[in-house]
Amino acid sequence: MSYEVNGKTIECDEEGYLEDIGEWSLDVAKIIAKDENLDMTDEHWEVIDYLREYYDEYQIAPAVRVLVKAIKKKFGPEKGNNKYLYELFPYGPAKQACKIAGLPKPTGCV
Amino acid sequence: MSDDIETEFETEGVEKKFMFLNRKAPYGTIYALEMLETVLISAAFDQDVSLVFMDDGVYQLKKGCDTKSVNMKNFSSTYKALGDYDIQKLYVERESLEARGLTVDDLTEVVYEDEDDDWAEKPAIRVVSRDEIAVLMEEQDVVISA
Amino acid sequence: MLHLVNKSPFERQAFESCLGVARKGSAILLIEDGVYAALKNTPFEAKVTEAIKDVKICVLGPDLEARGVDQVIEGVEVVDYGGFVDLTTEHNPVQSWL
Repeated sequence: MSYEVNGKTIECDEEGYLEDIGEWSLDVAKIIAKDENLDMTDEHWEVIDYLREYYDEYQIAPAVRVLVKAIKKKFGPEKGNNKYLYELFPYGPAKQACKIAGLPKPTGCV
Repeated sequence: MSDDIETEFETEGVEKKFMFLNRKAPYGTIYALEMLETVLISAAFDQDVSLVFMDDGVYQLKKGCDTKSVNMKNFSSTYKALGDYDIQKLYVERESLEARGLTVDDLTEVVYEDEDDDWAEKPAIRVVSRDEIAVLMEEQDVVISA
Repeated sequence: MLHLVNKSPFERQAFESCLGVARKGSAILLIEDGVYAALKNTPFEAKVTEAIKDVKICVLGPDLEARGVDQVIEGVEVVDYGGFVDLTTEHNPVQSWL
């Protein structure tokens, strides 16, 4: 499977996660988001940016409850809760947002 | 697509003591990475988890690993995330450190936030003797070794 | 001759067996988990220091970096991938201690 971004083919696995995290760009993220039927807002991008920072530091995509806790710590309880994050990413804030962020499927997500 | 929905498991009342025993150096074989992934997955089940690092396993926590020129994923920094996964007990065997000329200062810093102490950050790594590990091991319900 | 050792000396006998048969003029290259044998303050340091008198002992730099270790015993030469290739062309035969 693959995404077509600006005439370039970006390989992904059967669930849509990028094969090579180095291929990620904002344009790639927008295409994946469209594929997921998401209208991206600043609130969505805030989570995406945070996930990429987390991956950069720890070399893993966090499990959903780790993400919720970390978002709460960084952005406060009004964003650091399941309801808010599931509203942004209905198919799971960790799984779906990680896909858009170009990260692998979260470790510890079953 | 029900498998796309993240699931929270309710496992209250069946908490067991799990020990993950790490005895292999990090990058020469796949054991250390596989064990780390197992630990992160197991954290979803709210069990009493501890990690032990002995023999060459103590090298897994060595700080300053730079895997760029061997073209491998640097999972050394992932140990720092264990605190986020509520894994608070990393026991490192003193005898194994000493045999390798290492001290706790050579190891990656891993912290967790203590819920019972106003979320204060505390070190997760504890250097213990072989005898202490022997006692801990006998207290476990399950020991997983690699 | 060139001996390649890729197993930790703490876990396998390969490095010590290799020292036992490495003769004057030959070389040993420590790679992967074998690099731990090149480090100071281990039970192997004295054996390495003794062996260096007759045998050239090298260690692969990228494998040291990957493991976050740099306290290499005096006299052990750190080589890069190019140095690895040079060693294999300078020595014959090449034996891997698996």
